[in-house]
Amino acid sequence: MKKLINDPHDVVTETVRGFARAHEGHVVLVEDPIHLHRADAPVRGKVGIVSGGGSGHEPLHAGFIGHGMLDAAVPGPVFTSPTPDPIVAATKAVDGGAGVLHIVKNYTGDVLNFETAAELAELEDIRVESVVVDDDVAVQDSLYTAGRRGVAGTVVVEKCAGAAAERGDDLDAVAAVARRVNEVTRSMGVALGSGTVPHAGEPSFTLADDEVELGIGIHGEPGRERIPMAPADQLVDRVLEPVLADLDAPAGSQLLLLVNGMGGTPLSELYIVYRRAAEVLTDRGHHVARSVVGDYVTSLEMPGFSITVTVLDEELTALWDAPVETPALRWGR
Amino acid sequence: MALDTAWAIDWVRRTAATIDDHRAELVTLDREIGDGDHGENLDRGFRAVLETVDGGSFDTPGAVFKAVATKLISTVGGAAGPLFGTAYLKAAQAAGDATELDADTLVAVLTAARDGVVSRGKAEVGDKTMVDAWSAAVDAATAAAAAGDGPERVLEAAADAAVTGAESTDPLVARKGRASYLGERAIGHRDPGAQSTAYILRAAVDAA
Repeated sequence: MKKLINDPHDVVTETVRGFARAHEGHVVLVEDPIHLHRADAPVRGKVGIVSGGGSGHEPLHAGFIGHGMLDAAVPGPVFTSPTPDPIVAATKAVDGGAGVLHIVKNYTGDVLNFETAAELAELEDIRVESVVVDDDVAVQDSLYTAGRRGVAGTVVVEKCAGAAAERGDDLDAVAAVARRVNEVTRSMGVALGSGTVPHAGEPSFTLADDEVELGIGIHGEPGRERIPMAPADQLVDRVLEPVLADLDAPAGSQLLLLVNGMGGTPLSELYIVYRRAAEVLTDRGHHVARSVVGDYVTSLEMPGFSITVTVLDEELTALWDAPVETPALRWGR
Repeated sequence: MALDTAWAIDWVRRTAATIDDHRAELVTLDREIGDGDHGENLDRGFRAVLETVDGGSFDTPGAVFKAVATKLISTVGGAAGPLFGTAYLKAAQAAGDATELDADTLVAVLTAARDGVVSRGKAEVGDKTMVDAWSAAVDAATAAAAAGDGPERVLEAAADAAVTGAESTDPLVARKGRASYLGERAIGHRDPGAQSTAYILRAAVDAA
């Protein structure tokens, strides 16, 4: 295993130290308990937004700290949820008196730790609302599982909720926007290979040279099935099919299309994927109104991509277009 | 030995030792149907708990349980931290100010711990989680106390049943946690949280 690391146990600390240094004046790193927040936090009178989860998905979540998006991010160990105490510390750091929204990806560990943190923060008189993101259609039969996972759709939820908070919505309204975005957002991914967790030192799973994992999770969890490697267009079709079936968008919908790299795929290939995805959506009578292509929710160095589709309306389009100034997303300001 | 404060402290020591002994086994169980960090996370948690308990002074078993809860919640992470942390927190509340647990209080402590895990994790018996071990333990403890057994016998009944409860997860399909994504591929594997629950309750018997 070749990795640009020092001691595997220092990976998260050294990452966030570099990140905070690179974005000095914009984000602040607190090391004990570990969390990062906007340099100007807390913003008086604005709903604070906190997200977090295991590390290894960069730029999620710390890359989305800033005006119009997150107020704080809590990085756990690689692929492991943070404990409640740093979440509580982040919540306190960004409470500007209007309460705090927790945006949580649907994994049992994340949900339980954020839930515990929310209870502890409320004991200290901070109002907390939580929204769980579960956009991954790869997990079926959700009544009998821990439910759908939260994947790249989280970026859309964080962006729109952040814009709602920035325009002055109260806590209930910001939470409602986040839930609404989650309801109209679906994703699915495919892996061409595995990432390697630094302290594990071995790939999380193995795929033969001629197979891919359809419906991969962002921690390398298994998806729907292993299928033979195929040309990009065919893989895009296989991924989009369940996304569109589940989304059930009326013909003529205005869509946001996010083609997300999992960490080990060149941007050129992501554009090949995007090209086909946009073609399919247009053929179905939809209008691709907004597009994003790049590495936003990664799984270490995993080669592969995910496709996220959000059905936009006038309000969500305005929230998506609103100014944002973060290390990983910035426009309009 | 009575189930007093000294017992509660010894239980912590024995738990830390048994989790350390079984760390690799718990990691393997978890790698098969989860993400492979259960043994590591729990070992780190109980090492931290041991330091707290060794460095503190406690008047009641409940005070010991509360210290365990706080430390587990802040050190374990994943799903196991909040789940075991909640179990100990509810146990502490049920133990109250008692300096020694009698049979009925012990049943109340175990029941509160189980109910805490259920409400935190939203799992039911048969979902292939630690609830399967906790619930078997509570049922056996309740029956033993009703039959007039003393606290030590009640505890032993609970620990024995927890082993059976953990074993009962082997043939199940998981409905909660990361194992639930595996569907039928989880069949034939033991739930790591149910197994560690059985080890923790066994340590309580060994301390008595």
